[in-house]
Amino acid sequence: MDVLYSSRPLWAVLVSMIAAFLILATGEKNRNIRESWTIMAALAKFLIVFSMVPVILQGKVIEYTIVTFYPGLLLQFRVDAFGMLFGVIASSLWIATSFYSIGYVRGLNEHAQTRYFFAFAMCLSSTIGIAFSANLLTFLVFYEILTIATYPLVIHKESNEGIMGGRKYLAYTLTAGCVLLFAIAMIYYMTGTLDFKAGGFMTGSGSSTVLIMLFAMLIFGFGVKAGIMPMHEWLPTAMVAPTPVSALLHAVAVVKAGVFGCLRVILYVFGPGLLHDLGIWLIMAYIASFTVVVAGFLALGQDHLKRRLAFSTINNLALIVVGAALLTKSSMTGGIIHMANHAFMKITLFFCAGALHVKMHKDYVSQLDGIGRQMPLTMGAFAIAAIGLSGIPPMSGFISKWFLCLGALEANQIIFLFVFMTSAMLDVAFFFPIIYNSFFKKPLDDVAPHFDEAPMFMVIPLVITALLSIVFGIVPDAFFRFFSLTSLAVQNIMGVG
Amino acid sequence: MLDYVISKYNFWIYIILMMIGLYAMIGKKNLIKKLIGMNIFQSAIILFYVSIGVKAGATVPILSGHGHGHEAIDAASYINPLPHVLMLTAIVVSIATTGIALATLILIYRKYNTLEEDEILKIRKETGA
Amino acid sequence: MADQFAALIIVVPLIASIFVPVIGWWKKRLCYPWVVAVLVIPLISSLSVLNTVMTTGKFSYRLGGWAPPWGIEYMLDHLSAFVLVIVSSISLIVAIYSKKSVEDNLPEKTVPFYTLFLLLVTGLMGIVITGDVFNLFVFLEISALSCYALIAIGEEGAPMATFNYIIIGTIGACFYLLGIGYLYIATGSLNMADLANILPDLYHSKVILVAFAFFTVGLAIKAGLFPMHAWLPDAYCAAPSAVSALIAPLMTKVAAYVMIRIMFTVFQPHFSVEIVPVFVILGWLSVFAIFWGGIKALAQTDLKRMLVYIVVAEVGYIVIGVSVANRMGLTGAILHIMNDAVMMACLFLVVGAVLYKTGTRDIHQLRHLNKKMPFTMAAFTITALSMVGIPPACGFFSKWYLILGTIEAGQWVWAAALLCSSLINAVLFFRVIECAYLKPMEPAYAHNGGETTHEEIQRDEAPLTMLVPIVIMAAGVILLGIFSGKIISSVIQFAVPASF
Repeated sequence: MDVLYSSRPLWAVLVSMIAAFLILATGEKNRNIRESWTIMAALAKFLIVFSMVPVILQGKVIEYTIVTFYPGLLLQFRVDAFGMLFGVIASSLWIATSFYSIGYVRGLNEHAQTRYFFAFAMCLSSTIGIAFSANLLTFLVFYEILTIATYPLVIHKESNEGIMGGRKYLAYTLTAGCVLLFAIAMIYYMTGTLDFKAGGFMTGSGSSTVLIMLFAMLIFGFGVKAGIMPMHEWLPTAMVAPTPVSALLHAVAVVKAGVFGCLRVILYVFGPGLLHDLGIWLIMAYIASFTVVVAGFLALGQDHLKRRLAFSTINNLALIVVGAALLTKSSMTGGIIHMANHAFMKITLFFCAGALHVKMHKDYVSQLDGIGRQMPLTMGAFAIAAIGLSGIPPMSGFISKWFLCLGALEANQIIFLFVFMTSAMLDVAFFFPIIYNSFFKKPLDDVAPHFDEAPMFMVIPLVITALLSIVFGIVPDAFFRFFSLTSLAVQNIMGVG
Repeated sequence: MLDYVISKYNFWIYIILMMIGLYAMIGKKNLIKKLIGMNIFQSAIILFYVSIGVKAGATVPILSGHGHGHEAIDAASYINPLPHVLMLTAIVVSIATTGIALATLILIYRKYNTLEEDEILKIRKETGA
Repeated sequence: MADQFAALIIVVPLIASIFVPVIGWWKKRLCYPWVVAVLVIPLISSLSVLNTVMTTGKFSYRLGGWAPPWGIEYMLDHLSAFVLVIVSSISLIVAIYSKKSVEDNLPEKTVPFYTLFLLLVTGLMGIVITGDVFNLFVFLEISALSCYALIAIGEEGAPMATFNYIIIGTIGACFYLLGIGYLYIATGSLNMADLANILPDLYHSKVILVAFAFFTVGLAIKAGLFPMHAWLPDAYCAAPSAVSALIAPLMTKVAAYVMIRIMFTVFQPHFSVEIVPVFVILGWLSVFAIFWGGIKALAQTDLKRMLVYIVVAEVGYIVIGVSVANRMGLTGAILHIMNDAVMMACLFLVVGAVLYKTGTRDIHQLRHLNKKMPFTMAAFTITALSMVGIPPACGFFSKWYLILGTIEAGQWVWAAALLCSSLINAVLFFRVIECAYLKPMEPAYAHNGGETTHEEIQRDEAPLTMLVPIVIMAAGVILLGIFSGKIISSVIQFAVPASF
């Protein structure tokens, strides 16, 4: 594995941190300059991240060491294919979310806008830091920073539910952080190293009981952010946050960081070989499938649109974990590419929910009758993304579902095939009524009969992400090279494991 | 057993004194009595130190006039002066502590008009001080 | 001149404290600049000493040129130089801070305050620098006496708190003195390095065992380790703001430093770990300290009292690090001495500033503090995050090493206690942050869009002499965290006894 030493990972992380403090300094004095910091940082970050893609696709990794505490104990960035995938997802979607946020925040004339943009920039910094972490310690450092950086966004509304939601969020995530700290310290003590290695590095370092316990602790710790049941409870409650927050963070950054962590643990710390030996992969897959099915059913019962989308997120993230847990080439491919596909589709859905909130002040599914007439772009994008998540071609969701099913067959576990089918049917069940109601039902009284969309700053991003979902379905490798990165990552893992 | 007590009588005395002082500090309710207990406690320790410098058949550690310090001194005929010196420091510390404690007691008396601990606690609970 | 730095550290504040009443009698306003100017010298000296130790290794300074073991020797190795820098820098920063606080709280007592302040700093630095056990007792009592007097100047309830502290503190110091006595009986020496040579042959003697027991109990009382912490909450809480900002970070940590000295330098680790299994007891006591401090802190509505209980818990951290008796744990303990000193200093400085500006320490009265005192609250938030253990602030790193140490020692309950305490700290601090930044449960402030509907809240930040130290401390919290690797590899690594 060729190693390139460059400070570009550090700059990718720092760009938005610097912007965050510039935002804080600019404050309310000049809103346009403040917003421009966000947009410039988003573009700069994306460019820096994307500039590293060609290097990665050649099979090299980019490394940068920040500080070494002890041998084996260091803060280091290493950009490999998997981390690059996550990095590109996060940075590209931040550009869209920045524009959307500006539209949302100004459309509602929100309070504490400076704090909002500051926290957003810090979140993205830590997300990219997570993506590029070379070892468990760096991962934990940025993971904890992410927890704290997202807190002001969750409690943004400062209402009772907001504060309660924030408290619950912190309770879950800080507890997870403590468990993670302990597990990582144990791993360091047992093996003397914390570096992620494709195919795992824990083989032979301890007895099976200890290894299984450590695995459980790590999955618990990362699973809280990833919304695996029963640690998912904070996610629907956190929907009290403003929609761009729910969109980027709870559909993309925070929860994807959790899933990213789970996948790192499964594939880069323990590795397929060790997990096969321990026999724990099947249990992991069952727990995740349980989450898939139960979350799907719970989504059916939600009238609040964002809560329904939250359960759909839990559903999809668990699908990713199932894909990784099945430990076959196709299932891993399906899981990893679903990280990218789900991100684009879910963010579209949340963008639409936000547009509905800003324009029509509608939050509930039952209020959406006939709204498609007034806001065809919004509901059209919603329809595309929803159909895509159900796994219907030509949207990108089909690609991920296809590989997942292939993977289930490769692992000789037909039951998971049924799980995937059930999940698809549940998706149809809770999304299609929304689409049907909005286009084909008689409009409610407050729907205008003509075209009257949400502000353009909000509509354009969501149309773009919806169109990208279609594009990725047809050409998975378009623009961002998601598919090549995925295959490279899987190749690295399987090649060793 | 008795032989054991008698031969180490200095330690027994100091232990008894220390326990008296400790009891007074903890068990007595009057603040002045606590302070006196503290003094007894510290005096016990001072006595202990002084007693360990003693040697059988030795005299006080003061050089007599002749010699001007050029001859070697027979160390065994003088008791060890170092513990005495250390205890001079400890006595000074004890005095300073007692002084500060007494000043504090004056403050307490001005404020609560009593020096009984339980009464002071009652007053504090009532006034929330 | 440079090789006299070790003596300057003690002599300068000591002599200067004698001059303070003279200057104060002439012009009271000059006391403050005099104190600040004087305290710069120990800081420069200790930095230079640390530099010397890092480049050439440990050295000793003989007072008056008398050779040990007859003369008193100052021992300067990595550990003492490190703690010296901490003590001198924090005392300088608190001295800068004290101007407005003293003017506000104790206008008639300015001169005695500054005199005692300098004496306290002398005592603390003397404890750290000396290489002679009896000299340590003397400095211990100097710092304790100044501390008693400083606390007694304070507010309601201070005299009783001081009296209790005098009684219990004297018991602690006297136990320490008894320990010295027994050691002297058995070895005839008072010099730490000399004792370290003589003692190994005597490890199985009962006299040495008793001496060790007295040392441990006496120092535990001074450090405020559970269950000998009873004097701590009242004494630290009743003290004036500037005083508690000085003693809360420093006094217990210096006592912990002495514990490390006695247990690992005078008595070799072999004794403390194998022959006398004292660390098991100390470890379990620290676990109780951590939980006790945390739970009591949860029950407080007074911000300063809450912080004082947290100090009790933090002492538990350091003693756990000492009790696991391995390299990682001891690294964590020493790192935590530094981190906790900085964090506690920042927190108490913030509380003092808030008290000065708003007149209250009640948590629920702290509304709108983020608008009124944004920098102060930002510093508080940064330090709070460090206490919870969020990287890259320094608290995370000391927790990491402490947990590694407990894992290596196989003490799972101790590791769990450390982690639970992070969560308790999170609850404690976020409660305050919520009250200060947000407006919980107040229907009148329900969001209805736009800043203009909220009443205009003026920025009323703390005065500059208070604000600058607070900001420096908060910056220190983050910088010390980021550079903790460097600090460990250049200083702490050598401070841990080589046999670990």
